Formats: sequence, structure tokens, C-alpha cells
Amino acid sequence: MTSSALALGHVLAAGPGFEAPGLEAFYPEPLWHFSVLGVDFEITRITLILWIATLAIIGFLVATVRKPEIIPGKLQFLGESGYSLVRDGIARDVVGPKGLPFAPFLASLFFFILANNLMSIVPFAQISPMSKFAFPLVLALICWVMYIWIGIREQGVGKYFKDILFLPGVPGPMYVLVTPIEILQNFIVRPFTLAVRLFANMFAGHMLLLVFSLGATYLFTVGGLSYVFGGISFLMAIVMTFFELLVIFLQAYVFTVLMGTYLNGSIEAEH
Amino acid sequence: MDVLAALTGSIGSVGYGLAAIGPGIGVGIVWAAYIQATARQPESAGLTRTYAFLGFALSEALALIGFVVPFVFGT
Repeated sequence: MTSSALALGHVLAAGPGFEAPGLEAFYPEPLWHFSVLGVDFEITRITLILWIATLAIIGFLVATVRKPEIIPGKLQFLGESGYSLVRDGIARDVVGPKGLPFAPFLASLFFFILANNLMSIVPFAQISPMSKFAFPLVLALICWVMYIWIGIREQGVGKYFKDILFLPGVPGPMYVLVTPIEILQNFIVRPFTLAVRLFANMFAGHMLLLVFSLGATYLFTVGGLSYVFGGISFLMAIVMTFFELLVIFLQAYVFTVLMGTYLNGSIEAEH
Repeated sequence: MDVLAALTGSIGSVGYGLAAIGPGIGVGIVWAAYIQATARQPESAGLTRTYAFLGFALSEALALIGFVVPFVFGT
């Protein structure tokens, strides 16, 4: 049973009146429990969607480079232009001349997020793992550790932290104001916003689709004049699905671009 | 103390409405500036696109945090 079907049952069983969908769509029944060393694991359909999306994107990327030709076919062209978007558009242009070694990491990040986001409009899945806060949070933490580590490796521990604590070119007394902001910005706000942005976009998209599609179904069961409004709601659900497609690509791109700018800040000393 | 006015229901929704004002203006300014820059100097479109997306994402984040808060601190 998909989460949408569960939510629909919830709406229809609620008796008279429409009950707006709540958070229950994001907490599906676990399919399988087990515990390893006292830690409980639950495999839900969201976990399955994550695995399927990851396997699908690996399969797709392997298929695009299986038989590389000098004149690329359609499939190879698709894969190569996706990779070159990240390699040239982000690793080379945003991170800078030293950025090319990061292209594989950034591309993995981009394609992983893209594949998982796409599951929010794939029929029968229709929920993105990224709308559970844990997944974007772990991605953001990986990025957080990475840009700090790269900053230390490229600039040295002393210079990296000195530049963050005491931003060069700031008049003396201003450090009272600038230093706390810089610490907050570099170590707390960056990873937090990185995770929240991706999570909230996917969460909001799923809620929007739920509201419009459940609203349409409910209005169709009411009958009478509500058929007209149900039709409008159904149309909006379709329009919002296309809007969601835009958001999916945009958020995967934005996450990678932001990681690129953070890496750029770590590699090149502050101006 | 007498209650003069009371509000029931999802106050978080009102909060989201308020939280959307600033980012709405901000996102508008970001894209307006990008379109202006591109119109004045079309060859700079690729150069400024990254910054446009950056500014857009940063201002949009506030609205999205506002969207999630009613669910987190709901009834």
C-alpha cells in the first residue's frame, strides 16, 4: 500500500468533512524489523525506494558508458552531458582551477540526490527519501566534514581557522561582531541550511501533491457541483507534478553548487 | 484577565504566510537582477547564473523553514 493510498483511506474514513493530510504519510509501516548489536533497524518502503533509486541511477550511468563511442549515441550523450554539467559547470567554474579532482564527488552527490528526488513523482513510489530529514542531514554532514577537511589540507590548520575566526581586512573592533557570525555561518548555518533546503523542498512538494490529489478524490466522492472543483483540483495536481519536476532538478543542482562554493572557499584563501 | 480576542486553528499557517513575505520579495529581486544583468550584457549569463541560483536558494530557504515549522510545532 502506498503512502498516498494510506492517506486517502485516512481522508475518507475521517467521516464528514475533508481532513487535510498530515505527517502520517512520512511515517509508513515498517516492512521488516531487525536489530543488530542492540540497535533497532526498520526497513520501510522509503528505504526500499532509496535502494531502488540508487540502483537505478548506478545502472543508468553504467549503461551510458558501457560502450563509449567517439560519436555518442542518445544514451551516452545523456549521461555525458549530465556529467559535464557537474564537471564543467560546477567543478571547474565554481570550485576553481583546482576543482577538477572533486568532479567525481560532486557528480555522485548530484546524481544521487537527483535520482532520489525523482522518486517523488515516479508512480507507485511517489515519495522522495529526501523528504525524510535524516537523508539530507547525512549528505550535509558528509559535505560539512569534507569542506573543513579540504580547508585544513589546502591551507593548513592554523591559517584555515585563523581566516575564519579573524576575517582579514576587517577593522579591529568589528571582530566582536564579525567573529561570532563567521563561526556560526561556517560551522552551523551552512550544513543546517544545506540539509533543510533539500528536505523542505521535497517535503513541501509531497504535501502539495497530497493536498491537491486527495482534495480532488474527496470532492469527487461528494458529488454535485463538487465535480467541477474536483476537476480543478485534479488539474492543479498535474500542474504541480510538473512544477515538482522543476524543483527536483533545481534542488539537486543547488545542493551541488552550494557544496562547490564551500569547497571553493576552503581551497582558495579568503580575499 | 478578560480575553478580548481569541484565535483557534492552525496559527502556524498564519506564521507561514508571514514568513513567505520576505523571501518572496528576495527571490523577486534576485531574478530581476539576473534578468537585468543578462539584458545589459548577454555574454555574462553563464557567469552570473551560478550566483543567481545561489541567491535564490539562500532567500528561498527562509520560506521553506517557515513552511516546515507549523508541522514541527503544530497542535
